[in-house]
Amino acid sequence: MPGSVSAPGKRRFPIHIVVFIAPGAVIYTLFLIYPLLDSLRIGFFGNETDGGGFVGFRNYALLLFDPDWSERFRGAFVNSLIFFFINVFVQTPVALMLAALLANKTRFSTFYRTAIFVPAVLSLVIVAFVWQLILSPVWGVSRDLMGLFGLAQFFQPWLGLQETALTTLALISVWQFLGIPMMLFYAALLSIPEELTEAARIDGASSWNVFWDIKFPLLLPIIGIVTLLTYIGNMSAFDVIFAVKGPLAGPNFSTDTLMTFFYRTFFGTGFQQPNPVMGGAVAGATFIILMAGVAAYFFLWQRRVRSYEL
Amino acid sequence: MSSDNRPSAGVPIGAVGKHAVLIFFTALSIVPVLMILVNSFKSRRAIFSDPVAFPGPETFSLIGYHTVFVRSNFMDYYVNSLTVTVVSLVLILILATMIAFALAEYEFTGNKLLAMFFLLGIILPVRLGSVSMLQLMVSLKLVNTLAALICVYTAMGMPLAVFILTQFMRQVPREIKDAARIDGANEYRVFLLTLPTIRPAIATVAILTMIPVWNDLWFPLILAPAPETQTVTLGAASFLGQFLSDWNAVLAALSLSAGPILALYLIFSRQFLSGLTAGAVK
Repeated sequence: MPGSVSAPGKRRFPIHIVVFIAPGAVIYTLFLIYPLLDSLRIGFFGNETDGGGFVGFRNYALLLFDPDWSERFRGAFVNSLIFFFINVFVQTPVALMLAALLANKTRFSTFYRTAIFVPAVLSLVIVAFVWQLILSPVWGVSRDLMGLFGLAQFFQPWLGLQETALTTLALISVWQFLGIPMMLFYAALLSIPEELTEAARIDGASSWNVFWDIKFPLLLPIIGIVTLLTYIGNMSAFDVIFAVKGPLAGPNFSTDTLMTFFYRTFFGTGFQQPNPVMGGAVAGATFIILMAGVAAYFFLWQRRVRSYEL
Repeated sequence: MSSDNRPSAGVPIGAVGKHAVLIFFTALSIVPVLMILVNSFKSRRAIFSDPVAFPGPETFSLIGYHTVFVRSNFMDYYVNSLTVTVVSLVLILILATMIAFALAEYEFTGNKLLAMFFLLGIILPVRLGSVSMLQLMVSLKLVNTLAALICVYTAMGMPLAVFILTQFMRQVPREIKDAARIDGANEYRVFLLTLPTIRPAIATVAILTMIPVWNDLWFPLILAPAPETQTVTLGAASFLGQFLSDWNAVLAALSLSAGPILALYLIFSRQFLSGLTAGAVK
């Protein structure tokens, strides 16, 4: 009978459970859950200048339809999506390939894993600076490197150009966090029992076929989780853009994402007054966008993968 | 693919190709980081003339580090970052272990719901709550204190720590706990008895917690930007802004800010990576 486990013999109020849970739960609720909920609440109220009362969805309507806000909001949303798609379509396949190579009884695999994970432990301040240096036309390291392959004339200051800045930043982010999905795929590959692949091997299947026909379907659940984590992480990307471009996300807002937009809105910049209520609305809109991704994962992907496994 | 008809011993790209790919990605990952570290020990002229060379007797120089220590309060930044990181980590480990034990051990009403409640924190970016977080800190008079950062980071690190530690707590054999209860131990004693089993998880939780805390730019920027509460990451970022043209100093500041976390990662990488894989398999 559930509930009787806690106090063998007597049924009394299980005070020890409260003692174990309460301290952590209070800090977690006060400093994480409460600020999140309260920020969403603020989004439904007015500024001090217009009385500060409840205004319903007015701030959200401004965000979607007022040209002063909607243009920036749409731009930030589209850029965040682009940022996410570049990450998914570059990072996931490369991480999968590296994990497959590492899990294939490779020598020095610990060394490779440790090294490829290194960028993920660094702060974006360093990552941003090192790539600004490498890609800088002044220092010229990448031009010299491309010159080795006779490609020097194709060098461009990619971080500075409006057309390429966002893609370049996304690729820097791919570079930094590649080790995380790689490790998750690697762990999943190691957990596949030998017997499953042994039979196919005896029948003469190549490693290539064994991977795609047997291992890959078993990896689908973890690929789903990695995609969800990538979505959450990249739709709320901030550090790399802020560290390279500052809060204005230039050139001409071409690298503006939901979080840089949120930062400018509620915290203000040299050109813009802080606006907490609109900040609350931007946070609420971002929250809905993130939850839509989570819902899509649970209702579309996970259900499909489950039935596939059966 | 033509590899379809190969014998079973054949691998698609062969051992040499495999290592070539892995070496390429290894180099891609660590050469940029090494370039920062190596060039921070070189004279200005050598940084420009030969960026990829190691420092030799003629090019070796500590001028950058000299500038950093004379012109900024880097030692204070270190003390701030260490205080924030260590205090948050200790709080997270203690509080999350207690919660993990309760969630794994007792079947009370709302157990599943509570576990879901803590999982929320993994999915939701805390930063979206910044507007209210700032107001909360203002009313608690914690703005520009390290305590503000410690509170936020403790709350932020809790969900993942609870999640990982609960997996480990579930593995403690029931017999150990029941034997202790028959001997008359109360529940707090039983909890202390289970602690040794989570030791393998501590390295993983510690590194997963410390990396985002040490590297965070957002909350120091918003909650504690005052010069006396700046962390290493914020200090390095603002130092970068002031000394942008002094490359020696910038490279030295960056190396100093990355050094501790990089050293910690390399020391604990074996436990960390195996803990990560053990946690992910479940």
